[in-house]
Amino acid sequence: MTYDALIIGAGHNGLVTACYLARAGLKVLVVEKNDWIGGAAVSRELYPGFTYSNCSYVSSLFRPEIMRDLELPKHGLQILPYEGGALFTESGGYLGMFRDHEANRREFARHSKRDAEAYDRYSRDILRNCRLIRPMLMRRPPDLASFAPRDLMELAWLGKQITGQSEAQIYDMMRFWTMSISDFLDEYFENPAMKAYQAVGSIIGTALGPMSPGTAYVLLHHAMGDVDGNVGSWGYSRGGMGGITKALTASLQAVGGEVRTGSGVAQVLVKNGRAVGVVLENGDELRAKRVISNMDVRRTFLKHVEEKELPEDFLKRVRTFKTRGSSGKLNIALDGVPKFTALPEGAPNIRGDLHFTDTIEKMEAAYDDWKDGHYSQSPFQDVMIPTLIDPTMTPPGKHFMSCFVQYSPPKIEGRDWTDADRDGFRDACLNQIEQYAPGFKSLILHAEVRTPRELEAEVGLTEGNIFQGELTFDQMFFNRPVPGYANYRSPIKDLWICGSSTHPGGGVMGAPGRNAAAEVLRDMKLPAKDMSDAYAII
Amino acid sequence: MPSFDAIIIGAGPNGLAAAHRLASKGQKVLVVEAAGTPGGGAGLSHLSYNLDPRAEKAMGLAAHGLEWLTTNLATTALCADGNHLRLEGPVGLRLSGDIAERDRRGWETLRARLLRFAAVLSPLNQFAPPRIAKGVGNPMGKLAMVALRARMLGAKDIRELGRIILTNVHDLLDDELSDPRLKGALAFDATLGGWLGPRSPNSVLPWLVRLSGQTAGKQGALGLPRGGMAALGAAMARSSEAQGVTLRCNARVARIVVDGERAIGVTLASGEEIRAARIVSCTAPKTTLLDLVGPRHLDAGLTTRARHQKSRGGAAKLDLTLKALPDFRGANLRDRLILSGSEHDVERAFNPVKYGRVPDRPGLEIVIPTSRDPRSDSKHHLSAIAQFAPHAPADREAARAQMLAACLMQLETHSPGIGALVESAELLMPYDIEDRYGLPGGQWHAGELSVEQMLFLRPLPGIAQYQGPIPGLWLASAGCHPGGGVSGSAGWNAALAMEAAE
Amino acid sequence: MIAQQSTLRHYETPLLKTHFHPRTEALNKLWSWGNWGGYTTVVSFDDVAMEHSAIRNSASVYDLCPMIKYRIEGPDAADYLNRLTIRDASKLSVGGVHYTAWVNDAGHLLDDGTLFRLASDRYRICCQERHLPWLLDSAHGFDVAITEETEDIAALSLQGPTSAEILRRAGFDIDGLKPFRMAEFPLGKGHLMISRTGFTGDLGYELWTSPDQALALWDLLFDAGRLHGLRPIGSDALNIARLEAGFIITGYDFTPADICVREDRLRSPLEMGLGWLIDWKKGHFTGKAALKRQHERGSDWSFVGIEIDGNVPADGAILYHDQKHEAGVITGACWSPVLKKNIALAQVRTKYAKAENLWAEIYALRELHYAKMMMRARLVERPFFAPDRRRATPPGRF
Repeated sequence: MTYDALIIGAGHNGLVTACYLARAGLKVLVVEKNDWIGGAAVSRELYPGFTYSNCSYVSSLFRPEIMRDLELPKHGLQILPYEGGALFTESGGYLGMFRDHEANRREFARHSKRDAEAYDRYSRDILRNCRLIRPMLMRRPPDLASFAPRDLMELAWLGKQITGQSEAQIYDMMRFWTMSISDFLDEYFENPAMKAYQAVGSIIGTALGPMSPGTAYVLLHHAMGDVDGNVGSWGYSRGGMGGITKALTASLQAVGGEVRTGSGVAQVLVKNGRAVGVVLENGDELRAKRVISNMDVRRTFLKHVEEKELPEDFLKRVRTFKTRGSSGKLNIALDGVPKFTALPEGAPNIRGDLHFTDTIEKMEAAYDDWKDGHYSQSPFQDVMIPTLIDPTMTPPGKHFMSCFVQYSPPKIEGRDWTDADRDGFRDACLNQIEQYAPGFKSLILHAEVRTPRELEAEVGLTEGNIFQGELTFDQMFFNRPVPGYANYRSPIKDLWICGSSTHPGGGVMGAPGRNAAAEVLRDMKLPAKDMSDAYAII
Repeated sequence: MPSFDAIIIGAGPNGLAAAHRLASKGQKVLVVEAAGTPGGGAGLSHLSYNLDPRAEKAMGLAAHGLEWLTTNLATTALCADGNHLRLEGPVGLRLSGDIAERDRRGWETLRARLLRFAAVLSPLNQFAPPRIAKGVGNPMGKLAMVALRARMLGAKDIRELGRIILTNVHDLLDDELSDPRLKGALAFDATLGGWLGPRSPNSVLPWLVRLSGQTAGKQGALGLPRGGMAALGAAMARSSEAQGVTLRCNARVARIVVDGERAIGVTLASGEEIRAARIVSCTAPKTTLLDLVGPRHLDAGLTTRARHQKSRGGAAKLDLTLKALPDFRGANLRDRLILSGSEHDVERAFNPVKYGRVPDRPGLEIVIPTSRDPRSDSKHHLSAIAQFAPHAPADREAARAQMLAACLMQLETHSPGIGALVESAELLMPYDIEDRYGLPGGQWHAGELSVEQMLFLRPLPGIAQYQGPIPGLWLASAGCHPGGGVSGSAGWNAALAMEAAE
Repeated sequence: MIAQQSTLRHYETPLLKTHFHPRTEALNKLWSWGNWGGYTTVVSFDDVAMEHSAIRNSASVYDLCPMIKYRIEGPDAADYLNRLTIRDASKLSVGGVHYTAWVNDAGHLLDDGTLFRLASDRYRICCQERHLPWLLDSAHGFDVAITEETEDIAALSLQGPTSAEILRRAGFDIDGLKPFRMAEFPLGKGHLMISRTGFTGDLGYELWTSPDQALALWDLLFDAGRLHGLRPIGSDALNIARLEAGFIITGYDFTPADICVREDRLRSPLEMGLGWLIDWKKGHFTGKAALKRQHERGSDWSFVGIEIDGNVPADGAILYHDQKHEAGVITGACWSPVLKKNIALAQVRTKYAKAENLWAEIYALRELHYAKMMMRARLVERPFFAPDRRRATPPGRF
């Protein structure tokens, strides 16, 4: 039988594309190499009784338009906001973050009265940029070199978005989009811990340091989402991040779509310049009118398509598409709640994100290690204990801790990671936490350590890049993944891409998958009636 | 009644270019200069790469004593083992030395593309940056020409320009080349005068700006004047005076006099007050706004922005007097020598500077002018720019000593025995450059030439068209569009803007 | 209050308590509290109508502690304030108070407030919002120290026809105190500063002392005011009085520019009816050039007082011209008990600022359903209510 659409990879974007297409009446199959679904939005029981969000671990970016269009809450999706967080300082104190505006102001004022008040203007400026970028997430970027009416219209639309602001605001926006977060924060804050805390979102998943230009945008990328309209706030998916892909799968199956796990694709079948199906690793051939890859662009075109099918220019750009991984992850089963000595008993901050890097300079130094091909000796960590809020993931009184770590290079001084490297990396992370929560290590029941090596081997992310391609301007918007191909298509007819390698990029957002589906439907001249436009921030 | 039509603060290339242009239109112009001789920052640099052809021609610099020793200086990328790489012709038109064919081809293609892009952007250097607004007198015709020329690059190039314009030098080079000597020398060259390493996003655009310069009509060529760059400054000064400009040295401006809402004159450090209808500041915008005009006459928001304007210098200047010519393992000493190591070494030289520390192995751009123009005492002068150096270390004296030692160590590695030839050494750290030349942070461009401080964002949004924040005040230093180097472009553009405003 | 600011466990009590909290808590029969700038304050003690009546008929006490206060001192204090604010601060004599405002470079309002000249080189700014970063940034280049002293001062507003009499009875000779002047008196072991200022447009005073004298001051006033109808009021009653007086509140009638996200919501003093504050001749001040341009070109928005037919308050109502074209929005409205009129303050597009054919679209929630009304709105002069007693010196007994 021939499918209308065959999607390679049951990650969140692949499933989003599949859902929209199936709802439009297409016969859809998703094939997944692993024996489980989810890609990097996954919940797995790796220690008896403990569910891990062992790749992505928090949600904010996942577009509520998609949740509604695909009825995900009906299929079990629940996003739980979390409660602030804390950055621990080397001197034994902490800087907390609270959901309440007044508590936040008073907390910041403990460190700097001026910064406490500057935070409001800072938030205003971030929100202004969020308002601008939001509508761009769910549109196809224009091709700069094209005279096609649609490209010209998209360019004109973009121009209108920008010139809809005052002249002064346009300049501020341009500065913001090109600055380093370090320079940007210097214009608002004086306290080093305050700056370090605000800089967190600017380096997550990114092969850049906070002093690198362009990192203010990365911050925006992490601030433009929301939980229930609360722009910039983050939450947990109940039951772990796999809850998102589980709900997507249920939504897909409810409209007749199929998912086949344990079915790795060996090759995309191309006949006369058209994709006509795939050959699985077990030799089975599956036929489809179109093949849509949720794999990253390098994996798709360099590993699963024959070179001769692709033009040299395109191949060159794919080969040089930057996917350097910069992150690692520890997933830990805990026998109890670690006691962070700086936090007062009962402080709500522990139910949020926890950090141990108290200056921008220390974050930057961690990046210098990465540039030289080392994991950071004193890493930056984004630590969460979701089970303080979500009761479904562990036995009562036990906890799951997720430690996201920057920086971790794809290769150690140009060679592959060894198990010894991985142990060294693990120890650097655990020792850092132990320093702020003595006795923490004795609570560990099990720990899974993931470097870019593991991320590539298991999830398939080339070089372990969590965004399926770095989020720098040369790989954003009309440049993502390849200039001239920011339209979810490829040089091979009927071969499409829908993963985070495409606009608007990584994070568990679903927008790339949704946009790819929109383009497929447009190509087929089918109405996208169940597809919402981006919600504006009114 | 003002005794002059215009007072220009600072007799650097921009001040002199502006003075000449204004005087040539019949204005009575006074240039006041703090130092004992004119030239300003020209004395700090040692090569010419972007002298404004309009100024060069109109000022008749050749007639006023400018003589080029060469207008097409070659570069040798030094290698510690003597396996040097030579780049001849503008921006390494020809590579010689032991280099793989793949890299030779790769560079040929990349070089051509970069020069094409730079050429498309270069007309922007010749007028005030447009404003992103309607009905504000933007030069629509000129802008349309730039857009048209960009379009005429063709689809492939346009997409490539859109891709690389904000990318980083490291990746750009790494995608095309593999030879670490070549990548290192190019990465070093690309980041000269900036406060970013080759890994920093946005490092390509400043390089394109640099490549848009020219010497004697050749894009990207490097020129070496007889008598050094100071001679170029001197020629500009002579030309201006010949045009009727009054030049006063040893006249440091203490304050710009503001009466009500208008700049009406300057007060010198001596207390003398001089008035003019127009005050043109060719000293750094930050200094102009914060020190010469002062916050009282400016809006608070602008003052804060001026304080936050980034002006971190990352380059030190080294001058050695040598007893004899050194030997850099056979390198041609008439060349510009780049001692940078690989592109990773360039980045590593930047790393410590971020934290106010001195790098172990700074890169050096070396020129030995006496190899072409011998001195009467048969001694030699080695002039070098050392990158990177911290602009605000905790201990200035210690940092200077450490930097000097690091530079000499680098030289010794590549030219064993050079240390014994050194008769005297002077190292100007960025803070020394600030003290001597008045450039905030020792920043060569009088404000970093970084993407968020370019074009209509330079020196600050709202005052990027040379017209200062108060009537009668004009800004025309390297801190304005299109930036520094011994070009005179900002001064010339500012003079044009003043004419247009009349 | 200092202690509660610095504690690590501040998050357990997100809202601060004022220096008068022990008294206001005891009297707050309705237990009706609101958040004013991070402080727990009373919305209404027992009966809004009675509280308002006290303002206009006898006397009222309102807890002013949450007003943000900054001390500006140093040799350049006057120069600094002249650059910061739109009015001439050097003309303010020692012991004087004036109403003023400050704007950003673009001329957009950051806040308004009262400026007290405590000494030749010492001032106090009293305002609604927090502005420390702006005040500190503005201080660059001036020999001046800026200190927030909100927590260090206990302040009450005593307003109403019998307020002067109450002060006399409490032992303070304020007979010679003219409007917008202040005087200092001993109080316990400390001092009391009394300024003849207020936010009701009536005869009234504001009282400033140190936190340790706060409760004693409260008790002293209520002792003295027993026979003069003194009662505590909450923010609801004050809001009616300030609307009658035509006063604006930052955050209610305009959004302060430094936190305003939407650019079309930014307003200048000219657009908020504060053009009269601007001293064009005093030399440079922040925003002057922008305001001058707007002054010459004309502004898009105007701020007006209006009377609306009927008796339903028109809070938040959209104004229409000819019942068709949106003309503006009402920022504050009430039924005025003293005028027996339905009054409102509104931002209107300047082209409608003199229009006759204006209408307010009012939604009145009645038993779960909205009654929608289109009511005639007439432009009128502000203040709506300005009794002569507010200016009489010496002040009358009632």
